[in-house]
Amino acid sequence: MVRPYTPTGGQAAPSRHSLDLATLLIADRDRPLHGLSAHARRVMEHCLPGALSIADVSADLQLPGAVTKVLVASLVDSGHLISRNPVPAFQQYDREFLERVLDGLHKL
Amino acid sequence: MDSTNSDGQYLAPGVTTSVKLVVLGPFAVGKTTFVHSVSEIRPASTEEQMTRAGELVDDLNGLDGKDTTTVAMDFGRITLTDDIVLYLFGAPGQPRFASLIEGLMEGALGGVILVDTKRITESWDAMARMEEAGLAYVIAVNHFAGSPRYSESELRTALDLHPDTPLVICDVRRRESAKAPLIALVSHLLSRPRLEPAT
Repeated sequence: MVRPYTPTGGQAAPSRHSLDLATLLIADRDRPLHGLSAHARRVMEHCLPGALSIADVSADLQLPGAVTKVLVASLVDSGHLISRNPVPAFQQYDREFLERVLDGLHKL
Repeated sequence: MDSTNSDGQYLAPGVTTSVKLVVLGPFAVGKTTFVHSVSEIRPASTEEQMTRAGELVDDLNGLDGKDTTTVAMDFGRITLTDDIVLYLFGAPGQPRFASLIEGLMEGALGGVILVDTKRITESWDAMARMEEAGLAYVIAVNHFAGSPRYSESELRTALDLHPDTPLVICDVRRRESAKAPLIALVSHLLSRPRLEPAT
């Protein structure tokens, strides 16, 4: 049991506000891990093998979603992680995109 | 290392786009079961913190006088194409969770609202949340063994449902059946009149 914001060094709000639980994360393998806090390093090590969402990282590392967002935001700022937010609302009206989603659901 | 899935269940290379859906409904209506039936990953949940301002009736956890409370939110994931992954987040629809759900609904494609025919009106709150957020949704009536059966028109009347809003009767324990509301939602989104983004 850790106090919620201990992993972030007491920082309660992420440095960027656009991060979503469904934001995808891709690690930059060339960035050195030294100098990162233990929790940031843990997030990085977890993300190195492949892409995951913030929700996946939060569940896998058993960190609250809000804490994961703070850690991820710093790692995005430092270039360790590349983030891709869920498709923006306007694109959700794109017929071709929705048809691909529908097609994917039918094939499940 | 971590006790659960520290091995990670990584997305396929090439998956670069995510979309999200929210699954709302009253306590114990089958949200978790629904998410797990369609998800490609093992059951997972993330802890979300919620402020408790004005939430005097919240008796969820042993409350300890702090101004935030933690809610475990189930989620699942479906890789739909070579590049698109869908995330489903299940959350309670009651008004006291409004702040949590608000953030969750932001940027979502739409929602699925689960209904138990023994307590139909308990899904009204979830419907109100979706309507306030301007999110398209479908009603998924989850039939439990022994739950009362009503016709679609009876259910629509009881829910005071907009005629265009799809209603699907399903068994959320079965993957094939649980897929139906998702398909109905995306079909519904495709049938909407085209809206142009403001420029």
